Amino acid sequence: MSPSPFKTKKFLLVFTGCWILWAAMHMIVLKGFGFSTLTAFTDSLVSNILLAGSVMLISNLFGYYLPAKQRYIYVLSLCLLMSAIWLFISRSLVMLVSPVTTDYQSFFSASIPVRMMIGFLVTGCMALLSVLWYTVQDQRENEKRKTDAEKLAREAELFKLRQQLHPHFLFNSLNSVNALIGSDPGQARNMIQQLSDFLRGTLKKEDNQWVSLDEELQHLKLYLDIEKVRFGHRLDSVINNEAPAISQLPAMLLQPIVENAIKFGLYDTTGDILIHINAAVENNMLRIIVQNPYDAETSSPGKGTGFGLKSVQRRLYLLFGRNDLLQTKSSDGIFITTILIPQLV
Amino acid sequence: MIKAILIDDEPLARSIVKEYLQGHPDITIMQECNDGFEGIKAIMQHQPDLIFLDIQMPKINGFEMLELVEQPPAVIFTTAFDEYAIRAFETHAVDYLLKPFSKDRFDKAIEKWKGQQQPAAQKQTTEFLNAVTDIPFQSERVVVKIAGKIRIIPVQDIFYIEAADDYVKLHTKDGAFLKNKTMSFFENSLDAQQFVRVHRSYILNVIQITRIDPYEKESHVAVLKTGVQVPVSKAGYSKLREVLGL
Repeated sequence: MSPSPFKTKKFLLVFTGCWILWAAMHMIVLKGFGFSTLTAFTDSLVSNILLAGSVMLISNLFGYYLPAKQRYIYVLSLCLLMSAIWLFISRSLVMLVSPVTTDYQSFFSASIPVRMMIGFLVTGCMALLSVLWYTVQDQRENEKRKTDAEKLAREAELFKLRQQLHPHFLFNSLNSVNALIGSDPGQARNMIQQLSDFLRGTLKKEDNQWVSLDEELQHLKLYLDIEKVRFGHRLDSVINNEAPAISQLPAMLLQPIVENAIKFGLYDTTGDILIHINAAVENNMLRIIVQNPYDAETSSPGKGTGFGLKSVQRRLYLLFGRNDLLQTKSSDGIFITTILIPQLV
Repeated sequence: MIKAILIDDEPLARSIVKEYLQGHPDITIMQECNDGFEGIKAIMQHQPDLIFLDIQMPKINGFEMLELVEQPPAVIFTTAFDEYAIRAFETHAVDYLLKPFSKDRFDKAIEKWKGQQQPAAQKQTTEFLNAVTDIPFQSERVVVKIAGKIRIIPVQDIFYIEAADDYVKLHTKDGAFLKNKTMSFFENSLDAQQFVRVHRSYILNVIQITRIDPYEKESHVAVLKTGVQVPVSKAGYSKLREVLGL
């Protein structure tokens, strides 16, 4: 619910000012008809305090329930009802508290149509004002929600772009190229080619696109080859593909798994590491197994830096509605990630 | 003769520094190191005047390595991309080189270092480490040195952390280890859903709790699986309740 106009200081100030002016006018008019100051004061005070009350009630009511468009008949009937109730109560109250004279009594009865009109006008104006106020507030809130959502989407996109660029990988690779230019220009040229092919492959792919297994493994091989240049003899990889050529999988699904494997292999041990990638199809399921060494004593690769794996799990769930397609286990210092992809053929 | 050591896990990254250093015949490379362990040994052995240090390395990173060296020498960092540390580099390190860097930029870093008083450059390294200490790295491990040996403790293995003067004591199944860091460092860098600051002097691994008993007025005491009792303050208790979903 948006805050009622009475919650804003400026509105409250204007409202109070108008009310005092109106109550004074009311008194002056009554005195003009020849009633005593006390009678005029009581009449004005009672009717106008009650009027202010009913106006506030209406305004707050619309805060909870804003009538649909073109339901203004409802608003007007409500105002009519409110004014009738207001008139009845103020009449009873005025008669109760002020010294009743027949003069005043007959004056009040004669002025009922005028009072009714005034009550209806005031509550009606306030009702329309409130409807307008809440509508604008609603619109403003919607607008804000929309900009917030847009901002969030923009940030997510930016984050994704940054991830796609792999800044750490990119700058370290460029540094290797810089070193190679001096010592082995042919290899430097080769690495620039591989780096370009890899980045182009990353940019080309959309997340929801399916690609052939061959294409994806080719992309991974590029990635591994670049890493091999960086880490020299420490890194080696074996890719074993027994799956039929028509096998397919969602684009960029394996990349985070291999990144994870390299990260744990290279940064969790100081020795040489071998990354195994195995692909096969069984019961219409493409099964890919990635193996990497890790240090069982100092880390738990499934748990800690599992951000990459978590995002893979999430994608698999969104694609297939299953949570059992990604499994990890570890034995004898080897971490094994198994991923199953239903073949849609 | 100026003694230098290169510490980087990528051979090509070391070779570019070596190449650039050919223009500075007064600087001799004493050793090249593949990781932080080799780095610590080499620093102790050669007492270098200057080291070139990468941040992301196997097992222990460049910062963790520096923390384990008694009197760290002057450091020029060589790193590819470290969002967190760059501010600390700018204000405290002798210099830092963002990979890939040019020969000109490298020469400038050497000149800058040469222009400084040597004790000042070393002091800078210490200051730098203090500044880096305040950066909450989301770390999965803590590196400590005990009886001259380096030990890597996975954070999962920490039962609780206790304040001990300028140090903190990490309690694990293999006993307690001292680490020269602040309580607030651990409070900020450990996963807040698992490690809760239950008391001014205690951070608790919630997985280790078996029960929480009331204790005097408004405080409580948490009993761990090992039977150890850890005091829980009033504020700590409400934090604990939030994490445990009570």
